[in-house]
Amino acid sequence: MSRKETGFSKGIDWSLVWIYLLLVFIGITAIFGVTYTEGDPIVSSFFSFKNDYSKQFYFFIIAAFLGIIILLTDSKFFTATANLWYAVGIVLLLLVFPFHSRIKGTESIIKFGGFNFQPADFCKLCVCLALAKYLSLPNMDFSKTRSHLIAAGIALLPAVMSIMQSETGLALVYFSFFIVMYREGLPSTVPVVGFLVGAIAVCTLLIERDMLLIVLTVIAGIAGFYMYQRNRRRISAIFPVIFAWIMAMGLVGVGVPYVFKNVMKYYQVERIYNTVGKEVPDDYKIAHKKEYAQTTATVKKDEDGDYNVKQSKIAIGSGGVLGKGLLKGTQTRYDFVPEQRTDFIFCTIGEGFGFIGTSIVLLIFLLLLFRIIAIAERQRSVFSRCYAYGVAAVFFFHIVINICMTIGLAPVIGIPLPFISYGGTSLLTFSILLAILIRLDADRQMVLR
Amino acid sequence: MSVFTQSRSYIIRIIFAIAFVIILVRLFSLQVVSSKYERLAQENAIFKKIVYPARGVIYDRKGKAIVTNTQMTDLMVVPSEIKGVDTAYLCRLLEIDTTEFKSRVVTAILKNGRSRPSAFESLLSPEKHARLEENSWRLGNGFYLQDRPVRNFPFNVGAHFVGYIGEVDSTIISRSEGFYQMGDYVGRSGLESNYESVLMGKRGVQYWIKNHLNRLVGQFENGELDEAPEAGRGLRTHVDAELQQLAEKLMQNKVGAVVAIEPKTGGIISMVSGPNFSPDQLTGSNFKKTYSKFVLDVSGPLLNRAIKGQYPPGSTFKPLGALVALDEGLITPNFGYPCGGRYYACGHGKPACTHSGGGHAANLRLAIANSCNSYFAHVYRMAADNPKYGGVKNGYQKWKEYMNAFGLGIKLGVDLPSEDKGNIPDTAAYNKEYRNVWNSCTNLTLGIGQDRMTATPLQLANAMCIIANKGYFYVPHFVKSIDNETAEDTMLKPYRTRHNVLTSISDETFEVVMAGMQDVVEHGTATGARIPGINICAKTGTAQNFTFVRGKRIELNENSMFVAFAPRENPKIAIAVVVENAGYGSTAAGPIASLMIEKYLNDTLSTASAKKADEFSKKNLMPSILAVKQFIADSTRAWYYYNLTKDSSYIQKFFRRGQSQPKKDTVKPKTSVVKSDTQKPQQRDPGQTGFRNREVLWDPTRQEKLFKKWRDIA
Repeated sequence: MSRKETGFSKGIDWSLVWIYLLLVFIGITAIFGVTYTEGDPIVSSFFSFKNDYSKQFYFFIIAAFLGIIILLTDSKFFTATANLWYAVGIVLLLLVFPFHSRIKGTESIIKFGGFNFQPADFCKLCVCLALAKYLSLPNMDFSKTRSHLIAAGIALLPAVMSIMQSETGLALVYFSFFIVMYREGLPSTVPVVGFLVGAIAVCTLLIERDMLLIVLTVIAGIAGFYMYQRNRRRISAIFPVIFAWIMAMGLVGVGVPYVFKNVMKYYQVERIYNTVGKEVPDDYKIAHKKEYAQTTATVKKDEDGDYNVKQSKIAIGSGGVLGKGLLKGTQTRYDFVPEQRTDFIFCTIGEGFGFIGTSIVLLIFLLLLFRIIAIAERQRSVFSRCYAYGVAAVFFFHIVINICMTIGLAPVIGIPLPFISYGGTSLLTFSILLAILIRLDADRQMVLR
Repeated sequence: MSVFTQSRSYIIRIIFAIAFVIILVRLFSLQVVSSKYERLAQENAIFKKIVYPARGVIYDRKGKAIVTNTQMTDLMVVPSEIKGVDTAYLCRLLEIDTTEFKSRVVTAILKNGRSRPSAFESLLSPEKHARLEENSWRLGNGFYLQDRPVRNFPFNVGAHFVGYIGEVDSTIISRSEGFYQMGDYVGRSGLESNYESVLMGKRGVQYWIKNHLNRLVGQFENGELDEAPEAGRGLRTHVDAELQQLAEKLMQNKVGAVVAIEPKTGGIISMVSGPNFSPDQLTGSNFKKTYSKFVLDVSGPLLNRAIKGQYPPGSTFKPLGALVALDEGLITPNFGYPCGGRYYACGHGKPACTHSGGGHAANLRLAIANSCNSYFAHVYRMAADNPKYGGVKNGYQKWKEYMNAFGLGIKLGVDLPSEDKGNIPDTAAYNKEYRNVWNSCTNLTLGIGQDRMTATPLQLANAMCIIANKGYFYVPHFVKSIDNETAEDTMLKPYRTRHNVLTSISDETFEVVMAGMQDVVEHGTATGARIPGINICAKTGTAQNFTFVRGKRIELNENSMFVAFAPRENPKIAIAVVVENAGYGSTAAGPIASLMIEKYLNDTLSTASAKKADEFSKKNLMPSILAVKQFIADSTRAWYYYNLTKDSSYIQKFFRRGQSQPKKDTVKPKTSVVKSDTQKPQQRDPGQTGFRNREVLWDPTRQEKLFKKWRDIA
């Protein structure tokens, strides 16, 4: 560093800060685009704390304040208290069970004064720190299955709890921590198997079950014959193939239907099938008889499960190349897309600023992710690196899934778009995640344990 | 540890990049490639409100409006959007019950589909409109009020040629390739239909924004994209509204037609068809009531007999026959025929002639004045057997070409839809009927406007124009000019071309024909039509005709016909009048023509004439056969409905008193039948046990009686 920096600003990665500010600015603009009512004085209403964009502005100020505090703390504080954060996170999650408030369809929110606090969201941060802490233990040997299991346990414990709080969307976020583990030496077979399981699960949605079983059997037969021939006609060579075949058959025949029938709620099943553009099969409808009857009774024909996605696609698609301009989008201005301040905020950008706008936002997000990975790779401390990868993984999952669900590529699971969606908890959590990263990176010369 | 470091970092980056590229590709296809989303967004949020322009006004020749507009309002419904409507209130206001409410919504869905607007109640009365306007919040979604210009008739004339406007149907929409939309009103007949493109103007559009609850929240883009409606352009017609009024008055209670044309221009001054009706009977909410009634009326009030009535022209044709021979140079005005009361040249002594002696056909003028049948039959034969063409078939063909040039046997091309062409038989038609063996004797009555010749009153009036103009005519038409006419308005072109049809007849010869026709008025068959101070040239006609009732040929009273033009020196009006089954030409048609000529040329009627007009208008000349036909039509329809519904109340009134009613065991009665049976306990004629076929229903005895009665009158 040629420039001499002192104290607070020393070693800070300013590019991340600028990207952060830019994204928050885009977010507030987008929220403004949705919720501004014609005729309000813009400047004064921004400070009034009455509108969503003004609220988001104040949330940003709080987040910035917290960020500065974090930047002023010693980075050793985070390594030292990582496990404590995790413990606090889990306790908060546990507290949700008795104290959650009833808010549309979720049991994961505690009302705290005027604010809604969602521990399952906050816990991402805790997991990030705790996982980094675990992986950076001095005697860590991450080639052992035992450590794999412990790491996975750390990551997935909050996931299980948030599923129990009917917050499946957030639970899925925790699966993104496998990216961190992969980086730290998780055998390649795990992501490959995970990918295959995912692929087969998607296939069960798309292809008739019997047909899929036949196809899998044929593939297994060919693979088995190939292995048999290649290993000098030893029968034992076929065993792994047989094992894989049995597992795949089990997944298709038992696993996926079990999850769809017993684990998931009917509306989730419906959303998933809507995403692939198919009707929910009858046996799932029978399994969810009660809920199915309810939804068909209450939901109007044209406002069924994929109403959101349909309207969101219309909003984004109608933006065209250049967009209709801020406050000009008819879809967003006249409330055609539900939840468009929060989970569907990307439509506002798509409609108002068109393909140019969406690709610029995408580009900024990609820059953010690549910058975080670049920062991760320059860390000398394993803790910092793991933490940075954790942040990248969480951001990646949020960005990709959120945008995919607005354009109909992923089922609708309610997770926000980092820095852009309206919501105090999410903005604060993401800001703190990023602030800690910047703090750790500022001390990258140190080896933290 | 460092084994994986770099490589896995890159793998992760690649995975990130791939995910983003997939998103980007999807966004590209959504936003750049696909264009349907923009349309969908507009359908979501933009409500196109159509603003209807005022329809063009139709003026008469003096610039007085005969058709104008008043603003009315329709209550429209979009069935798919009905939400939160105060049904009870709406029903109370519209004076309907909830079943009617539902059935109207269902009808709307069946008619125009669920998501398109249909009229729930058209043309609201002013007070209903005001109350709905005030309480529009009670209508919720799916109902709205739509302004609608409605036609208004200051003179209350011209129902037949003006036509009416009505809602477009699916055929019109598909033919217009989407130009018209459901709920649009369009000219359905007459001038309204023919000049639709001029009269309709240009629809305006207002773009409104609606939100996800379908509420209108404001104007789209501050109304910058809105298109203001352009009012329809006016039509300046040749019609004389006052004359038309008189003509319609005179044609009251008569079946027939009147057409008056200005010979110099071909402009139609007046056109009436009887039975007549008031044009506002087919506007707005009256339409439904009246239209079905008119359709069921056998006298055919909706039929415009002026262009669709096909009558044998009879004696009115004779001057034309002479003109053909004169033009061919076959006769001169001095040509005479020694008629002794019958035409014997074809051996059968037909046709007979009303005059028998004293050289009543010694020259053309006398022949016309005395309307000598033999003379004109002979003249026709001369034309058909013209040695120049060799053979009757060629000669007849030539004669037919003359007729077509006169506008007979072809559509004249008046600016009204569905004109009929009358009939001048083709050579082929005669060949077929007479197996190629025929000569000029076969169809010699063509010469006196009979045989199979028919013509519409419009064609007859046009023929008068040819004589009045001494050899040319303009295609009869109503519209003189269109307001703000541009070069694109080509529709009036055909009416501005002069058709010279008789080129080789000198004016002197025409004068002879005219003199003959004037003699008809001065001391011939039409002396009653004489008007002091005006030289009228006229020709009466009395064509026999018949009809078929239940397969029986029945001779009817003659059609009274009268054609004329006046004044002789400078003809300003040519007129043709037909009154069906009213007897001699001079009895019914003559007075009408005479009064109209007087009114038109003098601009007013003398006191004596006015009195005559009043008296004449009260005269009922409806053919009595209509009662018979109406009875047959009604009872047949009643029988049809009875068979469909087994409800004998349909047929009750068609029984002769005392004729037995259908018994309970012969038909399966509904409760209503039982009731009516108990109400009429007496069955005086036990011999007749109900009826087994339609014939009985018609009640032959009663029909015979009707026939007798009718014959007595006739």
